[in-house]
Amino acid sequence: MSLTQKLQHSLTENLPYEELLPAEQPAYVHSYVYLFGIATVASFVLLILSGIILSLFGPQWWHSSNVGHFVNSLHFWSVQAFFFFMVVHLWTTFFQGGWRDGRGVTWVSGVITFGVSILTAFTGYLSQQNFDAQWIAVQGKDALNAAGVGAFFDIMNFGQMYGFHILILPLAVGLLISTHLLLVRLRGVVRPYPPRSEPKETVR
Amino acid sequence: MIARKKEYYRGIPTAPYDLVKEFLGALIVVTVLVFILSAVLSSPDEPPLTIKQIAGQDPQGFAQTAINELSGSSGIAGYGPPYNNASGSVQEIGPFSPQRWIGVHIPVNTARDYILGPLSQVGITNPALSRALAQYNRAASSRQTAWTGAYTAALSKGSVHGPKLSVPRCACGPVPIMMSMMLLLGQSGALDGQLLTGHQYYRTDYTRPLLFLADAGAVANHAAQFHLIGTQWGVMNETGNYPGQAWLWLYTMFYQIWPFNVAPLATTAADLGPVVAIAVLTLLLMLVPWIPGLNRLPRYLGVYRLIWRDYYRSRPVAAPEKPEAQP
Repeated sequence: MSLTQKLQHSLTENLPYEELLPAEQPAYVHSYVYLFGIATVASFVLLILSGIILSLFGPQWWHSSNVGHFVNSLHFWSVQAFFFFMVVHLWTTFFQGGWRDGRGVTWVSGVITFGVSILTAFTGYLSQQNFDAQWIAVQGKDALNAAGVGAFFDIMNFGQMYGFHILILPLAVGLLISTHLLLVRLRGVVRPYPPRSEPKETVR
Repeated sequence: MIARKKEYYRGIPTAPYDLVKEFLGALIVVTVLVFILSAVLSSPDEPPLTIKQIAGQDPQGFAQTAINELSGSSGIAGYGPPYNNASGSVQEIGPFSPQRWIGVHIPVNTARDYILGPLSQVGITNPALSRALAQYNRAASSRQTAWTGAYTAALSKGSVHGPKLSVPRCACGPVPIMMSMMLLLGQSGALDGQLLTGHQYYRTDYTRPLLFLADAGAVANHAAQFHLIGTQWGVMNETGNYPGQAWLWLYTMFYQIWPFNVAPLATTAADLGPVVAIAVLTLLLMLVPWIPGLNRLPRYLGVYRLIWRDYYRSRPVAAPEKPEAQP
């Protein structure tokens, strides 16, 4: 069997369209608690769209344009929404023991996504080209220098931070979110904790 | 549903589910929310500080910063890696000091980069300045130290009239001429451009001008007005009462609590301590599925009963809950 055929076979077995885009789910998924993950994704979409508009006109546009300032506001509040929904999603998934039954890697991908998102937001605050950006840069440099990272990741270097913020890190976050979603689809949502003694759960 | 999942969900009722509709619904709701917040609250945009501003508003403070940079007694001159080989701001926890291990990668020579370099660019058009620079550069380092020391003493007795600074006469050699020109460069705005890092035509690296502003104390003084400094939990907000990076609350909390806010960590590892703490906690969070005890915490806390209350209500009555077998 060729590599292509092996991949075809694996996808057909594990991730056919009916699993990638399921039309039915366990009934307990019909709860508002399960909306925070998709709300996080929706916020990320808004971040990308507003970010694209901001980058179309250059990093200084929004300082002198009312329309630009509004688009910046959309981007700013999308960040707040993104993290609000992501943190609630993290806690609800924690309380559900969402890593059970072989979902450990899904959990890990979520934590890594959280970490990389924090870094993305950090570079965004540094790219504002206003006093907030100056302050965060001169303050944050000490922590990064102490960790030995400041020598290579110079938060006072606007060009470097802007490049990380508009390209490298959004790509990374997008790939991580996609991986996370694929893993969720591959395994399905975790079952509720059993109400009485049942075969013990495993984490693989 | 594929066979593997059917087996996993055996005994659990399923229901129709429109994933695309859910995503579109979430997108509309979040978009409306963000549009409303943007229209009502806007976003912060406090203009950046410039060297021109601080030189105009506080000429004596600016001159003090400039003489400190020239004499090598400024905060950045004594900082250490990645800027130079000093040790004033090098952090360590015992033998653990990544800052020292990595070394100098962004070299900053404060005398050359902030004073002698910018002055030599304008010295071409100013014969008196050109002679002063030549005299300074020819002198032995002990003579230079004596001049800068004498100027610092005289500066403390100086007087300010608007943007003008008067410094009493002193045995300072060519330093008064150099500092007067530095003040002119600062107040004209020329220094803001001259300090942009790099020798290319296109420059985007603000490391050197930002470090100069940091040395002047201007950024910290301005930040205090907006409740942005560390002891004010400044990470949590931006200027103008806007939310900052509230998700960094745990990281910034470490700066305020024992053992990070008292000696010895507060002096030797004021930042390194919280960074290590948050790194360890992040690793723990990532490895929760495999950490005995932690991975069963949700079961013991029981919040899941609220999340799945409808599911448990709809199940047949069962025997009282027994603790699950350990994995």
